[in-house]
Amino acid sequence: MSTDLVGGVLGESEPRSGPPVALIDLLDRLLNGGAVLTGDLVLSIADVDLVHINLRAVIRSITGEEPGPW
Amino acid sequence: MSTAPETPAGAPGADAGEMSYVYAVGREGPALDGLAARLAGVDGRPLRPVAGGGLCALVSPVPADAFSERGLAAQMEDLDRLEAVARAHHAVVDAAFAETSVLPMRLATVYLDDARVAAMLVGQRDQFQELLGRLEGHVELGVKVYADPRAAATAPAEPAAATSSGAGAGRAYLRRRQAQQRDSQDVYQAASDLAARAAHLAEGVASSRAVHRPQQGQLAARAGVNVTNEAYLVPRDHAARLHRELAALADGAPGVAIEVTGPWAPYSFATAVVAEGADGGGPR
Repeated sequence: MSTDLVGGVLGESEPRSGPPVALIDLLDRLLNGGAVLTGDLVLSIADVDLVHINLRAVIRSITGEEPGPW
Repeated sequence: MSTAPETPAGAPGADAGEMSYVYAVGREGPALDGLAARLAGVDGRPLRPVAGGGLCALVSPVPADAFSERGLAAQMEDLDRLEAVARAHHAVVDAAFAETSVLPMRLATVYLDDARVAAMLVGQRDQFQELLGRLEGHVELGVKVYADPRAAATAPAEPAAATSSGAGAGRAYLRRRQAQQRDSQDVYQAASDLAARAAHLAEGVASSRAVHRPQQGQLAARAGVNVTNEAYLVPRDHAARLHRELAALADGAPGVAIEVTGPWAPYSFATAVVAEGADGGGPR
Protein backbone atom coordinates (compact mmCIF):
# COMPACT_ATOMS: atom_id res chain seq x y z
CA MET A 1 0.00 0.00 0.00
CA SER A 2 1.41 3.32 -1.00
CA THR A 3 1.93 5.77 1.76
CA ASP A 4 3.59 8.63 -0.06
CA LEU A 5 0.36 10.48 -0.39
CA VAL A 6 -0.13 10.93 3.30
CA GLY A 7 2.80 13.22 3.34
CA GLY A 8 1.94 14.57 6.76
CA VAL A 9 3.90 11.90 8.48
CA LEU A 10 5.59 13.81 11.03
CA GLY A 11 9.14 13.41 10.47
CA GLU A 12 10.77 16.72 11.17
CA SER A 13 13.03 16.04 8.23
CA GLU A 14 10.14 15.26 5.97
CA PRO A 15 7.79 18.20 5.85
CA ARG A 16 4.48 17.84 4.13
CA SER A 17 4.84 18.52 0.47
CA GLY A 18 3.22 21.52 -1.08
CA PRO A 19 2.68 25.05 0.14
CA PRO A 20 1.93 25.79 3.77
CA VAL A 21 -1.70 25.65 4.76
CA ALA A 22 -3.44 29.00 4.27
CA LEU A 23 -5.10 30.30 7.41
CA ILE A 24 -8.41 30.87 5.63
CA ASP A 25 -8.53 27.27 4.43
CA LEU A 26 -7.78 26.15 7.96
CA LEU A 27 -10.48 28.36 9.47
CA ASP A 28 -13.03 27.11 6.93
CA ARG A 29 -12.47 23.71 8.48
CA LEU A 30 -11.90 24.56 12.13
CA LEU A 31 -14.82 26.98 12.43
CA ASN A 32 -17.29 25.14 10.20
CA GLY A 33 -16.01 21.58 10.37
CA GLY A 34 -14.86 19.25 13.08
CA ALA A 35 -17.11 17.31 15.38
CA VAL A 36 -19.30 19.43 17.60
CA LEU A 37 -19.88 17.94 21.01
CA THR A 38 -22.72 18.87 23.27
CA GLY A 39 -23.56 17.99 26.81
CA ASP A 40 -21.05 18.26 29.60
CA LEU A 41 -18.86 20.45 27.47
CA VAL A 42 -17.53 23.63 28.88
CA LEU A 43 -17.26 25.51 25.67
CA SER A 44 -16.64 25.40 22.00
CA ILE A 45 -16.09 28.13 19.50
CA ALA A 46 -19.74 27.85 18.55
CA ASP A 47 -20.68 29.26 21.95
CA VAL A 48 -18.58 32.36 21.80
CA ASP A 49 -20.55 35.54 21.43
CA LEU A 50 -19.06 37.07 18.34
CA VAL A 51 -20.85 40.38 18.68
CA HIS A 52 -18.06 41.93 20.67
CA ILE A 53 -15.25 40.47 18.72
CA ASN A 54 -13.22 42.71 16.50
CA LEU A 55 -12.54 39.77 14.31
CA ARG A 56 -16.19 39.15 13.66
CA ALA A 57 -15.91 40.39 10.10
CA VAL A 58 -13.22 37.86 9.44
CA ILE A 59 -15.04 35.06 11.16
CA ARG A 60 -18.43 35.87 9.68
CA SER A 61 -16.96 35.91 6.22
CA ILE A 62 -16.06 32.30 6.90
CA THR A 63 -18.97 31.03 8.94
CA GLY A 64 -21.78 33.29 7.85
CA GLU A 65 -24.28 34.87 10.20
CA GLU A 66 -25.53 31.58 11.43
CA PRO A 67 -23.02 28.76 11.52
CA GLY A 68 -25.21 26.26 9.86
CA PRO A 69 -25.46 22.59 9.13
CA TRP A 70 -25.03 21.92 5.47
CA MET B 1 8.48 26.68 22.14
CA SER B 2 7.45 26.30 25.71
CA THR B 3 9.29 23.92 27.90
CA ALA B 4 6.58 23.42 30.45
CA PRO B 5 7.38 20.62 32.85
CA GLU B 6 6.02 17.26 31.83
CA THR B 7 2.71 16.36 33.31
CA PRO B 8 3.13 12.97 34.93
CA ALA B 9 1.66 10.33 32.67
CA GLY B 10 -1.93 9.61 33.48
CA ALA B 11 -2.29 12.58 35.76
CA PRO B 12 -5.90 13.69 35.74
CA GLY B 13 -6.32 17.20 34.52
CA ALA B 14 -8.15 18.20 37.65
CA ASP B 15 -6.12 21.29 38.40
CA ALA B 16 -8.64 24.00 39.12
CA GLY B 17 -6.61 26.40 36.99
CA GLU B 18 -6.64 24.21 33.93
CA MET B 19 -9.12 22.65 31.58
CA SER B 20 -8.86 19.92 28.96
CA TYR B 21 -8.68 20.94 25.31
CA VAL B 22 -9.72 18.12 22.95
CA TYR B 23 -8.14 17.94 19.49
CA ALA B 24 -9.29 14.67 18.06
CA VAL B 25 -10.79 11.31 18.95
CA GLY B 26 -9.72 7.94 17.61
CA ARG B 27 -9.59 4.33 18.68
CA GLU B 28 -7.68 3.51 21.81
CA GLY B 29 -4.30 1.93 21.10
CA PRO B 30 -0.58 2.41 20.78
CA ALA B 31 -0.86 4.76 17.80
CA LEU B 32 -2.56 7.55 19.71
CA ASP B 33 -0.61 6.85 22.89
CA GLY B 34 2.62 7.22 20.94
CA LEU B 35 1.46 10.42 19.27
CA ALA B 36 0.49 11.93 22.59
CA ALA B 37 3.92 11.16 23.96
CA ARG B 38 5.73 13.15 21.32
CA LEU B 39 3.38 15.96 20.29
CA ALA B 40 2.62 19.31 21.84
CA GLY B 41 -0.64 21.22 21.73
CA VAL B 42 -1.70 24.82 22.18
CA ASP B 43 1.11 26.90 23.67
CA GLY B 44 3.44 23.95 23.48
CA ARG B 45 1.75 22.13 26.33
CA PRO B 46 2.21 18.36 26.29
CA LEU B 47 -0.51 16.14 24.91
CA ARG B 48 -1.94 13.22 26.80
CA PRO B 49 -4.22 10.39 25.74
CA VAL B 50 -7.54 10.17 27.56
CA ALA B 51 -9.23 6.80 27.09
CA GLY B 52 -12.81 5.71 27.48
CA GLY B 53 -15.14 3.22 25.85
CA GLY B 54 -12.41 1.83 23.61
CA LEU B 55 -11.75 5.32 22.29
CA CYS B 56 -8.97 7.78 22.96
CA ALA B 57 -9.00 11.57 22.89
CA LEU B 58 -5.87 13.64 22.36
CA VAL B 59 -5.98 16.30 25.04
CA SER B 60 -3.75 19.04 26.37
CA PRO B 61 -4.15 21.31 29.36
CA VAL B 62 -5.12 24.91 28.75
CA PRO B 63 -5.52 27.73 31.28
CA ALA B 64 -9.07 27.85 32.55
CA ASP B 65 -9.24 31.63 32.48
CA ALA B 66 -8.04 31.92 28.90
CA PHE B 67 -10.53 29.30 27.70
CA SER B 68 -13.59 30.38 29.59
CA GLU B 69 -16.23 31.95 27.39
CA ARG B 70 -14.96 35.43 28.17
CA GLY B 71 -11.34 34.36 27.93
CA LEU B 72 -11.83 32.71 24.59
CA ALA B 73 -13.67 35.73 23.23
CA ALA B 74 -10.75 37.89 24.33
CA GLN B 75 -8.27 35.60 22.63
CA MET B 76 -10.27 35.73 19.44
CA GLU B 77 -9.92 39.51 19.41
CA ASP B 78 -6.45 38.90 18.19
CA LEU B 79 -5.92 37.41 14.77
CA ASP B 80 -2.41 36.31 15.64
CA ARG B 81 -3.71 34.44 18.67
CA LEU B 82 -6.57 32.88 16.68
CA GLU B 83 -4.02 31.73 14.13
CA ALA B 84 -1.73 30.32 16.80
CA VAL B 85 -4.54 28.27 18.36
CA ALA B 86 -5.81 27.16 14.96
CA ARG B 87 -2.38 26.07 13.78
CA ALA B 88 -1.63 24.25 17.02
CA HIS B 89 -4.97 22.45 16.76
CA HIS B 90 -4.32 21.53 13.15
CA ALA B 91 -0.77 20.35 13.83
CA VAL B 92 -2.08 17.79 16.31
CA VAL B 93 -4.94 16.66 14.07
CA ASP B 94 -2.71 16.45 11.01
CA ALA B 95 -0.02 14.45 12.77
CA ALA B 96 -2.56 12.05 14.23
CA PHE B 97 -4.38 11.70 10.93
CA ALA B 98 -1.13 10.79 9.19
CA GLU B 99 -0.92 7.70 11.37
CA THR B 100 -4.40 6.59 12.22
CA SER B 101 -8.08 7.35 11.77
CA VAL B 102 -9.20 10.26 13.89
CA LEU B 103 -12.21 12.46 14.13
CA PRO B 104 -11.12 16.11 14.35
CA MET B 105 -12.94 18.31 16.83
CA ARG B 106 -14.09 21.85 16.14
CA LEU B 107 -11.71 24.60 17.26
CA ALA B 108 -11.59 25.24 21.01
CA THR B 109 -13.47 22.20 22.26
CA VAL B 110 -12.81 22.37 25.98
CA TYR B 111 -13.90 20.25 28.95
CA LEU B 112 -13.52 20.97 32.63
CA ASP B 113 -11.19 18.02 33.15
CA ASP B 114 -10.04 14.69 31.78
CA ALA B 115 -12.67 12.75 33.74
CA ARG B 116 -15.39 14.55 31.82
CA VAL B 117 -13.63 13.85 28.54
CA ALA B 118 -13.47 10.15 29.42
CA ALA B 119 -17.12 10.12 30.42
CA MET B 120 -18.03 11.78 27.13
CA LEU B 121 -16.12 9.09 25.20
CA VAL B 122 -17.87 6.30 27.07
CA GLY B 123 -21.27 7.88 26.64
CA GLN B 124 -20.88 8.61 22.94
CA ARG B 125 -18.85 5.63 21.86
CA ASP B 126 -21.42 4.35 19.39
CA GLN B 127 -21.65 7.67 17.57
CA PHE B 128 -17.89 8.02 17.48
CA GLN B 129 -17.39 4.49 16.22
CA GLU B 130 -19.96 5.02 13.50
CA LEU B 131 -18.32 8.26 12.36
CA LEU B 132 -14.83 6.77 12.52
CA GLY B 133 -15.98 3.81 10.48
CA ARG B 134 -17.53 6.03 7.85
CA LEU B 135 -14.42 8.20 7.50
CA GLU B 136 -11.92 5.36 7.69
CA GLY B 137 -9.51 5.25 4.77
CA HIS B 138 -10.68 8.60 3.44
CA VAL B 139 -9.11 12.03 3.15
CA GLU B 140 -10.57 15.42 2.41
CA LEU B 141 -9.59 17.48 -0.63
CA GLY B 142 -10.50 21.15 -0.90
CA VAL B 143 -11.42 22.50 -4.34
CA LYS B 144 -11.76 26.22 -5.02
CA VAL B 145 -12.52 27.82 -8.36
CA TYR B 146 -11.65 31.45 -9.09
CA ALA B 147 -12.65 33.98 -11.72
CA ASP B 148 -10.28 36.84 -12.44
CA PRO B 149 -11.58 39.10 -15.20
CA ARG B 150 -8.58 41.39 -14.89
CA ALA B 151 -6.24 38.53 -15.66
CA ALA B 152 -8.34 37.69 -18.69
CA ALA B 153 -8.26 41.32 -19.80
CA THR B 154 -4.51 41.15 -20.21
CA ALA B 155 -5.06 38.64 -22.95
CA PRO B 156 -4.73 40.19 -26.41
CA ALA B 157 -7.84 42.18 -27.27
CA GLU B 158 -9.02 43.32 -30.64
CA PRO B 159 -6.76 46.11 -31.83
CA ALA B 160 -7.95 49.59 -30.91
CA ALA B 161 -9.44 51.46 -33.81
CA ALA B 162 -7.00 53.81 -35.41
CA THR B 163 -9.62 56.50 -35.71
CA SER B 164 -8.67 59.63 -33.86
CA SER B 165 -11.72 61.71 -34.61
CA GLY B 166 -14.03 62.50 -31.71
CA ALA B 167 -16.93 60.36 -32.76
CA GLY B 168 -14.65 57.48 -33.69
CA ALA B 169 -12.87 57.62 -30.34
CA GLY B 170 -16.22 57.60 -28.56
CA ARG B 171 -17.36 54.58 -30.47
CA ALA B 172 -14.03 52.88 -29.84
CA TYR B 173 -14.44 53.54 -26.13
CA LEU B 174 -17.92 52.06 -26.12
CA ARG B 175 -16.70 49.05 -28.05
CA ARG B 176 -13.92 48.54 -25.52
CA ARG B 177 -16.35 48.84 -22.60
CA GLN B 178 -18.69 46.34 -24.16
CA ALA B 179 -15.82 44.02 -24.86
CA GLN B 180 -14.69 44.28 -21.24
CA GLN B 181 -18.17 43.47 -19.98
CA ARG B 182 -18.37 40.58 -22.39
CA ASP B 183 -14.97 39.38 -21.24
CA SER B 184 -16.06 39.58 -17.63
CA GLN B 185 -19.23 37.64 -18.32
CA ASP B 186 -17.21 35.14 -20.29
CA VAL B 187 -14.79 34.70 -17.42
CA TYR B 188 -17.56 34.07 -14.88
CA GLN B 189 -19.19 31.68 -17.31
CA ALA B 190 -15.86 29.93 -17.78
CA ALA B 191 -15.42 29.70 -14.00
CA SER B 192 -18.88 28.26 -13.64
CA ASP B 193 -18.11 25.69 -16.33
CA LEU B 194 -14.82 24.87 -14.66
CA ALA B 195 -16.57 24.37 -11.32
CA ALA B 196 -19.05 22.03 -12.97
CA ARG B 197 -16.29 20.00 -14.58
CA ALA B 198 -14.44 19.83 -11.26
CA ALA B 199 -17.56 18.66 -9.45
CA HIS B 200 -18.23 16.04 -12.11
CA LEU B 201 -14.67 14.74 -11.92
CA ALA B 202 -14.63 14.71 -8.10
CA GLU B 203 -18.02 13.11 -7.71
CA GLY B 204 -16.86 10.17 -9.73
CA VAL B 205 -14.41 9.39 -6.95
CA ALA B 206 -15.68 11.05 -3.79
CA SER B 207 -18.10 9.49 -1.35
CA SER B 208 -19.33 12.81 -0.01
CA ARG B 209 -19.23 16.53 -0.70
CA ALA B 210 -19.36 19.56 1.60
CA VAL B 211 -19.89 23.15 0.53
CA HIS B 212 -18.11 26.03 2.24
CA ARG B 213 -18.80 29.69 1.72
CA PRO B 214 -16.76 31.27 -1.05
CA GLN B 215 -13.74 32.91 0.51
CA GLN B 216 -13.74 36.68 0.82
CA GLY B 217 -12.48 39.38 3.11
CA GLN B 218 -9.06 40.20 4.40
CA LEU B 219 -7.83 36.63 4.68
CA ALA B 220 -8.71 35.75 1.11
CA ALA B 221 -5.42 36.82 -0.33
CA ARG B 222 -5.54 35.08 -3.67
CA ALA B 223 -6.16 37.10 -6.81
CA GLY B 224 -9.59 36.88 -8.35
CA VAL B 225 -13.03 36.10 -7.02
CA ASN B 226 -13.60 32.77 -5.35
CA VAL B 227 -16.76 31.40 -6.92
CA THR B 228 -16.90 27.93 -5.36
CA ASN B 229 -15.28 26.49 -2.24
CA GLU B 230 -15.99 22.81 -1.77
CA ALA B 231 -14.59 19.79 -0.03
CA TYR B 232 -14.71 16.16 -1.11
CA LEU B 233 -14.31 13.03 0.96
CA VAL B 234 -12.11 10.77 -1.14
CA PRO B 235 -10.67 7.28 -0.65
CA ARG B 236 -7.07 7.79 0.37
CA ASP B 237 -5.70 5.69 -2.47
CA HIS B 238 -7.39 7.86 -5.09
CA ALA B 239 -6.63 11.24 -3.58
CA ALA B 240 -3.29 11.95 -5.25
CA ARG B 241 -4.61 11.16 -8.71
CA LEU B 242 -7.77 13.20 -8.21
CA HIS B 243 -5.69 16.07 -6.84
CA ARG B 244 -3.57 16.08 -10.00
CA GLU B 245 -6.50 15.79 -12.36
CA LEU B 246 -8.45 18.57 -10.67
CA ALA B 247 -5.47 20.89 -10.60
CA ALA B 248 -4.94 20.39 -14.32
CA LEU B 249 -8.50 21.29 -15.30
CA ALA B 250 -7.78 25.02 -15.61
CA ASP B 251 -4.54 24.65 -17.52
CA GLY B 252 -4.33 27.26 -20.25
CA ALA B 253 -7.69 28.84 -19.53
CA PRO B 254 -7.38 32.64 -19.21
CA GLY B 255 -9.03 34.34 -16.26
CA VAL B 256 -9.99 31.25 -14.32
CA ALA B 257 -8.10 29.19 -11.79
CA ILE B 258 -8.59 26.14 -9.64
CA GLU B 259 -6.85 25.51 -6.36
CA VAL B 260 -6.81 22.08 -4.78
CA THR B 261 -5.79 21.72 -1.13
CA GLY B 262 -5.12 18.71 1.01
CA PRO B 263 -5.15 15.93 1.74
CA TRP B 264 -6.78 17.09 4.95
CA ALA B 265 -8.12 15.14 7.86
CA PRO B 266 -11.86 14.93 7.17
CA TYR B 267 -12.77 18.10 9.05
CA SER B 268 -15.65 18.99 6.78
CA PHE B 269 -17.19 15.55 7.18
CA ALA B 270 -16.88 15.17 10.94
CA THR B 271 -19.54 17.73 11.68
CA ALA B 272 -22.28 15.47 13.00
CA VAL B 273 -23.23 16.74 16.41
CA VAL B 274 -22.28 14.17 18.97
CA ALA B 275 -25.01 14.76 21.49
CA GLU B 276 -24.83 13.70 25.06
CA GLY B 277 -28.07 12.52 26.57
CA ALA B 278 -31.48 13.49 25.28
CA ASP B 279 -31.07 17.17 25.92
CA GLY B 280 -28.62 17.65 23.12
CA GLY B 281 -29.42 20.68 21.08
CA GLY B 282 -29.77 20.33 17.36
CA PRO B 283 -27.09 21.41 14.96
CA ARG B 284 -25.98 24.90 15.75
